[in-house]
Amino acid sequence: MSAQFTDVEFMICQAARMVEDQSTVFVGYGMPQIAIILAQKLYTPDIVQVYEYGAIGPEVATPFRRNMMADARNSYRSYCWTTMNWMIFNAQAGFIDYGMLGAAQIDPFGNINSTMIGGTYERPGKRFTGSGGGNEVASLCWKTILLMEQEKRRFLPKIDFITSPGYLDGTPGAREKAGLPAGTGPYRVITSKATFDFPPNEKRMRLIAVRDGFSTRDILDEMEFEPLMAGRIDVLQGPKTEELNYLRDVIDPDRVVIGKNRK
Amino acid sequence: MEVIASGQGETRLWDIDEVRQWKAEKKSRKLADKVTTEKEAVAAFVHDGDYISYDLSSMVRGPMSLEREIVRQRKKNLWIAAKFTLLDTSILVGGGCVSKIDVGFAGLGKPLFRAIEEGRVKTVDWSNGTLALRHMAGAMGVPYLPTRALGGTDTFKHSGAKQVVDPFTSKVITLVPAVFPDVAIIHVNQCDKYGNARVFGPTISPVETAMASRRVIISTEEIIPTEEIKRNPGLTKIPYYIVDAVVYAPWGGHPGTCPGWYTYDADNLNEFFAAQNDSDMKKYLDKYVYGVHDHFEYLELIGIGKLMKLKEMETIREGYHS
Repeated sequence: MSAQFTDVEFMICQAARMVEDQSTVFVGYGMPQIAIILAQKLYTPDIVQVYEYGAIGPEVATPFRRNMMADARNSYRSYCWTTMNWMIFNAQAGFIDYGMLGAAQIDPFGNINSTMIGGTYERPGKRFTGSGGGNEVASLCWKTILLMEQEKRRFLPKIDFITSPGYLDGTPGAREKAGLPAGTGPYRVITSKATFDFPPNEKRMRLIAVRDGFSTRDILDEMEFEPLMAGRIDVLQGPKTEELNYLRDVIDPDRVVIGKNRK
Repeated sequence: MEVIASGQGETRLWDIDEVRQWKAEKKSRKLADKVTTEKEAVAAFVHDGDYISYDLSSMVRGPMSLEREIVRQRKKNLWIAAKFTLLDTSILVGGGCVSKIDVGFAGLGKPLFRAIEEGRVKTVDWSNGTLALRHMAGAMGVPYLPTRALGGTDTFKHSGAKQVVDPFTSKVITLVPAVFPDVAIIHVNQCDKYGNARVFGPTISPVETAMASRRVIISTEEIIPTEEIKRNPGLTKIPYYIVDAVVYAPWGGHPGTCPGWYTYDADNLNEFFAAQNDSDMKKYLDKYVYGVHDHFEYLELIGIGKLMKLKEMETIREGYHS
């Protein structure tokens, strides 16, 4: 067990352990790209990565290059190359099991913001990229896994802009009423210090596990709302030596995504 | 159908019969040699105020030589479809060419976000998928297509989509209106002089974008004989009569990659990403856009040594060649 790792490394390893082999995963931009490479190399060799730009089942070439999506390395040794519309039809038709996305802000119902913070829509205080393919991933995949830093400013009772849907206002059937496919929605929120789920009878974020060395209080201190609490809170083990070696030596030797400052 | 919710975003709508008629009258079926230059194609087919769509995007098989020419000719008030974008919006906004962006992915770089924050550029938020679907509707010649994404979000509220009760199933369904861009700029791997075009690799929506648009400018890494097209017609993605201009643009996607052909130019991209404000962006554009007359002068500036190195570094080639 290695004692030193970054928050990003922690999140990536949690995510890599969560997906199942022989499942389909719609991979979002950035951190999810690394997590799924790690998963495929160490745990789920027959996982099928799919990307909005039309690659189905690539074995992404390493090292990973930051800001890159849709290049030859990203698309390497796929089963199928198609186009964005067909890729999204795959998710809409029910073929994609998991979605994996990062975000800037999240609310208790798993709605996420990657569009803007502060100001007005016309004159945002801080503008971000917007949905990209995130809205499709969060709308159409069966189970969406969200990755984000555990920080007070990111976990808010109400976010500035709902870019991609969680359980909307949290009432039963809210997604279906909004035209989204039945039975879809956020599955887990993986943060730098904890994991949350959304219980079936109450679609609100529930703390189910805390990173080794941290307390439940530490997590609540980094949130602006009170999550539900599971009856039993599990302990999340940090990255294993094998995972860290692979991340650092093979996937991201320049540390452009996993970061340089070990905590 | 009863409309139960409407996005408030500004949407340009087109009359589908008028567009159809235009394609009957203005799109020649004649086998004509359409090879021209960036300068002439942009001057002829890109006009101030146009709605413009590109494919793929700056970092990957993007029509970068055409985007630089649009900046060089100082086109104004363009409304652009940013359906899978990395630097395209940044360059076009940096050049003062853009007044509105239909956002799938807004793009990258501080100067771009500042332009939006200061209200110099208007955004209408959609998503990559719904923008691609709007091009699909345009390509099909229908006024809209349904999607099960977008509902319930602020993205929907700020888009121009509508929700109705589906007359067949009585479920709520979201409709997105077709786009019929005034002009499409698309970078391809190979085409003949008439415009029969091949695109290799996974991609966004080159076919939908070409078919939906009134005018289509193709830039290409290689011009190949029509006989070669006819030997393997399954590789042709865009037939010639959809295309108005063919521009020979080797390394046309630089500083991005053209997968299987050359990798991206990390030095140049770092220079681009280093731009923190409009004045930095102007320096980049002065050097690489305004400071050269055309694409070939641009390639001379980058240098043959660097360009050949980018080819050599692109070691994955399978799937990207005929």
